[in-house]
Formats: sequence, structure tokens, C-alpha cells
Amino acid sequence: MTPEIGQFALALALALVLVQSVLPIIGAWRHDPRMMAVAAPAALAVFALIALAFAMLVHAYVVSDFSVLNVIENSHSQKPLLYKITGVWGNHEGSMLLWVLILTFFSALVALFGNNLPPALKANVLSVQGWIATAFLLFITATSNPFTRIAPAPMEGRDLNPILQDIGLAVHPPLLYLGYVGFSVCFSFAVAALIEGRIDAAWARWVRPWTLVAWMFLTGGIAMGSYWAYYELGWGGWWFWDPVENASFMPWLAGTALLHSALVMEKRSALKIWTVLLALITFSLSLLGTFLVRSGVLTSVHTFATDPGRGLFILAILTLFIGGSLALFAFRAQSLASGGLFQPISREGALVFNNLFLTTATATVLIGTLYPLLLEALTGDKISVGAPFFNMTFGPLMIPLLAAVPFGPLLAWKRGDLLGVAQRLMTAFALALLATGFVLYRTSGREVLAAFGIGLAVWVMLGSLTDLALKSGIGKVPAGTAFGRLIGLPRSVFGTALAHFGLGVTLLGIVGVTTFGTEQVVAMKPGDTLPVASYRLRYDGITPATGPNYTEEQGRFTLLDSAAKPVDSIIAARRFYPARRMPTTEAGIVTHGVDQFYISLGDGLDHDGIVVRVWWKPFVTLIWLGALAMMAGGFVSLLDRRLRVGAPAKRKIARTEAAA
Amino acid sequence: MSRKQKRLAVIGGALGVLGLAVALMLIAFSQDIRYFRTPADLTAEDMASGARFRLGGLVEKGTVVRGAGTRIEFAVTDTIKSVKVIYDGILPDLFREEQGVVTEGKFNPDGTFVADSVLAKHDERYMPKDVADSLKAKGVWQGN
Repeated sequence: MTPEIGQFALALALALVLVQSVLPIIGAWRHDPRMMAVAAPAALAVFALIALAFAMLVHAYVVSDFSVLNVIENSHSQKPLLYKITGVWGNHEGSMLLWVLILTFFSALVALFGNNLPPALKANVLSVQGWIATAFLLFITATSNPFTRIAPAPMEGRDLNPILQDIGLAVHPPLLYLGYVGFSVCFSFAVAALIEGRIDAAWARWVRPWTLVAWMFLTGGIAMGSYWAYYELGWGGWWFWDPVENASFMPWLAGTALLHSALVMEKRSALKIWTVLLALITFSLSLLGTFLVRSGVLTSVHTFATDPGRGLFILAILTLFIGGSLALFAFRAQSLASGGLFQPISREGALVFNNLFLTTATATVLIGTLYPLLLEALTGDKISVGAPFFNMTFGPLMIPLLAAVPFGPLLAWKRGDLLGVAQRLMTAFALALLATGFVLYRTSGREVLAAFGIGLAVWVMLGSLTDLALKSGIGKVPAGTAFGRLIGLPRSVFGTALAHFGLGVTLLGIVGVTTFGTEQVVAMKPGDTLPVASYRLRYDGITPATGPNYTEEQGRFTLLDSAAKPVDSIIAARRFYPARRMPTTEAGIVTHGVDQFYISLGDGLDHDGIVVRVWWKPFVTLIWLGALAMMAGGFVSLLDRRLRVGAPAKRKIARTEAAA
Repeated sequence: MSRKQKRLAVIGGALGVLGLAVALMLIAFSQDIRYFRTPADLTAEDMASGARFRLGGLVEKGTVVRGAGTRIEFAVTDTIKSVKVIYDGILPDLFREEQGVVTEGKFNPDGTFVADSVLAKHDERYMPKDVADSLKAKGVWQGN
């Protein structure tokens, strides 16, 4: 019964979302307040219906209803409850439903918290959100129905791909989608502005909090995905420049650019047309990512099923929205009054510099990702573009950008003083040089690039803190006054400093682990030891063990310090999942400070020997800690008083605070 | 600076960055494009060029030989021709005889392929797309 309720809710949502797509925009055009007023309740009802459908699918998974095809293919009655629930989106149909759930969630948020928007803008935005939801609901009902039933129902399901049976699946896709799909709001705002042919600084103030929210979640989603791939796949890598990773990274790069250009627009009402274009591009890249991942044109862990019909359908959606929005942009951009100009050396100039490099970098990633697909489609030649391509193109483009990061927040609006800013950054620069020198000295001049990279990371980190120090007057005024001023600084200043600091931390992690990490592949017998960094690793032997839906062989290792005293024990395993007859590797990882030991088991050899791959990964956790700092920076910025105008939900909180 | 000069400065800067990016991409493309081949596709030029390739096909039955330590030899076949592959490292979980693999590496002058990475399909129903397409094109595909 419950799958039918879900099915029915989906159909009802599709009908209702058509109303949401059509009526409000006509109302906005005719200045009819009653028609515009349909938008908010329709958006809320659509969200409620999709949530109901989603809940029904979760229910089918939890009770292992094997009359539903989707549950048979991706679940198993013996599977732990957590993986039954996360399995809902560990497949094509369910993940598309999650996509739409989050899309309608954002529409509902706009409907709820957009009371301060001009009614026509709000109606248009919700209509455009409705168009996107219509397209994807059609896609689900036509090609990817999660509620398809079969009779007779089998006794047991085929289980979820063991690689996906992990806590990572509970966190990574929802976070990533919240980011990906969150940019739809920016897209809708941009399309609404183009339809109205009117745009001002207030528009940027409304769009910025949505951009920040989406960016924050996308940052978290990508970082989480990276860590998940790192520990689950057992390959020891944290980023593979895999097309699917690029698919999520491109909207992040464009979204980062959008975040910065919207700032210029809000403060100086310049870069209007460019900001609108970026908003369109960012969500277009999200759609492109959805297409790449869901259509089966790529070879990846993320592509669950290959069905040409689905690919064509998403391609049609992609063409319609990207082509349509860009055409609208081409027709209407002229009508948007262009903003004021500014001196190249200024805060605006720095943000343009940021945008220039970020969008160019996005373009290189886009070309590297799409070129093999295009070439195969045109000539039939199968090629692959690997990490060296991206390192060689993306890397050099990031260097000037990173070097410029500390300057941006210190430059004044309109007309900046580059020399003055450089003087104020002298301390950070000197310390960065010191770090470079130290690395050169410790490696006897062998690791020039790494020394440079670490210097750059220190420069970004300290340069970001310099802004806080200068603005609060640390060192110039008594400590108490400085502290008071520091507390009183706008939240967005903290947010900027924190996010930029996090960027430096991530860079430090990347350079550290790439340069100083070691990898050894050796055959070991019980009792053998292997030197790793300043430790020795002892192999103790293999023990069989059984989990809820798998059996495993655990390789036990002991980590000995230089005095041969055991400091840690590590277990790495090879699992076998009988439901899918599929083996997986469970890496053994221990963290010491910011460094990690990473052990992955290979095949067994004769005489109880085993092939082991052992990595020493210094600084590796900094990569993800930096991303967390970036997320925190986004969150702190969101609390800024200035943005509360754009997010009345916060205003209510502020009011209760004032009353208390 | 006048309005025109400012605009020119921005456009000039943008063109500069784009030019840099295009130059970097051209260099990278000329160095880091790896063609996918199955054994029957290979030409004498491919084998002699010393370039990196992705070689894909099925692991031929009865050819997997373990050497000392972590060294492994096996043959990759598309059922028309087969190529001997030498690999030093850990094989993926789903590496089995008569299953699809994609290996990446270079040819030795003696015609053996020295792989530095081996990828296998990652679940029961899945075959690397490049391999599946090639086998279908050659009419030796046996899956669905």
C-alpha cells in the first residue's frame, strides 16, 4: 500500500508543480497579486508531497518490502538499519528523488523566508524553481520510477553495493545535493531578474545568503566525498580528478567566484551582468554534473545504471535550461543597467582578479572533463585525461590566485593602496619566507617546489589572520581594547578570514602529503617489521571475523616506536559480501596528530605471507580540516547582521535576542 | 585612468589569463593524453612509440603467474589477440580470470606491457565501459 501512496504523492506533486510554474509568473506579468500569491503555498505543498513520497520509499526500505523493484535491487533484509535507510539514495531512482526533494526544500525555504522580497520577484523565482522541479519530476515519473512493483515478490533482495555500505553514504550525497541544488535558487533569482529586466544591489543582497548556504554544503559534500573515497576505496588517494569528482568541483569553483562577485555587486553595484551570468553558469554546471553522473556516459562508482533513454532525457533537460537561460541572458542582458567602474587596484579589482582566475580554472577543468567524451563521440577514439593534465593546467592558475588572497580583504573599495597593503602584510610575508627557508634547509634544498608550496600556504593562512589583527588593532592599542574591537568586528570579516585561513590549511595538507608521504608495497610474513617514517610496523597475522552481512579476514599490525615499544595497533581487512559475491578492501587507518598511517591488504601469498601496501601520510588530515574551516567561515558569514535583511528568519532570532 | 582604459585593462587581463590557460592546456594535452587500446587494436607504431596507453580486455584464463614478492604477470586478451602484462603491486579486489580489466602503462621493447595501475570492474554487473564497448564492436561480447 505505502508504495502506492508514494507514487500518488509524486503524481500529485507533478500536477501541483505545474501550477507553481505557470500561475505566479503570469501574475507577475499582469500585476495580479492573487495569482502571484499562489506561488508560496504551492511550493510548500509540493515540498510536503515530495517529502511524503520520499518517506514512503524510506519506509519500503526499512521494512524490506521486496515487492518494490528498487528495494530488491539495492537492499537486503540482513543489512544494518542505517544502510537500509542510506540505501534509499544509493541508487539511481532514489538519488534522483533525493535531488528533487532538496530542490523543493529550497523552493519551500524561499516561500517561507522570502517575505521581504518584492512580490513580483518572489513569484518569478518560485516559478523558475517550479520549472526545474517539473523537468525533474517528469524525468522521475517517465524513466526512473522508484516505486515500480513486481510480482511475485522475491524472498530476498540483492543487497547494496558493499562499497556504498558505509557511513559516508549517509552524509556525502545529501550534503553534496544541498550544495549542488542550492545553487538553483541563485539560478532562479538570475532568471527572474532577466525576465523583469531590472536588477540592483538589493538583488545581490538577497542572492548572497543562498549562495553562501549552497557553497557551504557543497564544500562539505566535496570534502566528505574525498575523505570517503580515501578510506573506502583503499587506494590511498584523496582526489583522482575523476570526471565525477570534477562534476562536483566545477560548480564549487564557479560558486566561489559567484560568492565574490555578488559581494562587489552588493557593495558597489558593479559587475551586475557578470554576476547574473555566473549565477546561470554555476547552476548549469550543477546540471551538467547531474547529467554526467546520471546518464552513464562515464565509468565510475557513481554511475549506477546505464540506460540510454535516461541519458537523453537529462540531456534534453540540460539543453533546455542551459540553452534557454543563456539565450534569455543574451536577449535581456543589455537591458540591465551596467554598474559603475572602478580603479584596477581596489577591493573590486581584487575580486575581479579572483573571478578571472576562478572562471578560467573552471574552464580548464570543464575542457579536461568533456574533451574525452567529445572526442569519442566525434572520432570514436577513446582517450583518457588524467591527473597530470589537471595538475599542469589547474595548478599554475591557482598560484597567482592564492598569492593574491591576503591582499583582497585589505584593499579599500574604489581606490586601494597596494604599497600600503604590502607593507602591512610584511610580517606574514617574512614568516612565509621563513617557512620556505626552513623546508629548504630540512630537505637540503631538494624539495624546492614543496618549500614554495608550504611558504604559499603559510602566506595564505597568516595573511588571512593579518586582516583580523589590523582591523582590531592588535599590537597598537591595549590588549583589552583590541579584544573588544575584535569581538565587535562584523561576522563577515571573521567569515572571510576563517574561510581564507582554511584554504591555506588545505593547501598545506596537499603539499605536505604529496611531498613527504611515502608508499611501500611489500610482501610480509607474521613477525616481519617494516620501517615507516620514524616508526616500525609489525605484521602479526590474519584472523577471520564475521560481520552482519559479510565475512572478513583481518590483518593485524602493531606500530612500534623507535624504542620498539608498541604505540598503536592497526587492523586492515579484506571483506567478502556473499549477497553480491563481492570482495572489498577495508583500509586500516590510524591518526597521529595531523598525520595518518594507512594500510591496505593485498592478496594472500603462500606460507601465510601477504602483500601489504603501507602509506605514511603526513599532514593529510589538514586537507579536510581546512575544508571544515572554509565551511565554518561560510557559516559565520551567514550570521552577519548585514545578511539578516536578506534572511528574515535570522531577523526573528535577532529580535528575540534584543528582547531578552 | 579613463573609462576606456579601465575597460581595456580588464579585457587585457582576462585575455592574458585565458591565453595562459590555453597554453597550459595545449602543453598538457600534448603530454598527457592516453589512448585506450585493446590487444587487437595495437599497431606496431603503438608498441614502439614508448607512449603511455590504457590497455583493456579480459584477463586470459590460466595466464596469471605470481612472481617474487608483489610481481604479477598475466595476459590481457580481446579473444582475438593477447598481450602479456607485467605489474608490480596490489591487484584490485575484483581482479579475476576472464573478467574485464583496464591496465595503464608502457610497452617494453620486447612487446610486453609494463603496467603501473590495474583497474577492474567494480561490481558483479559492471564491466569497464571502454572494454564492454570494444568487445561489443568486435562481436565477442557475451554479457547483456
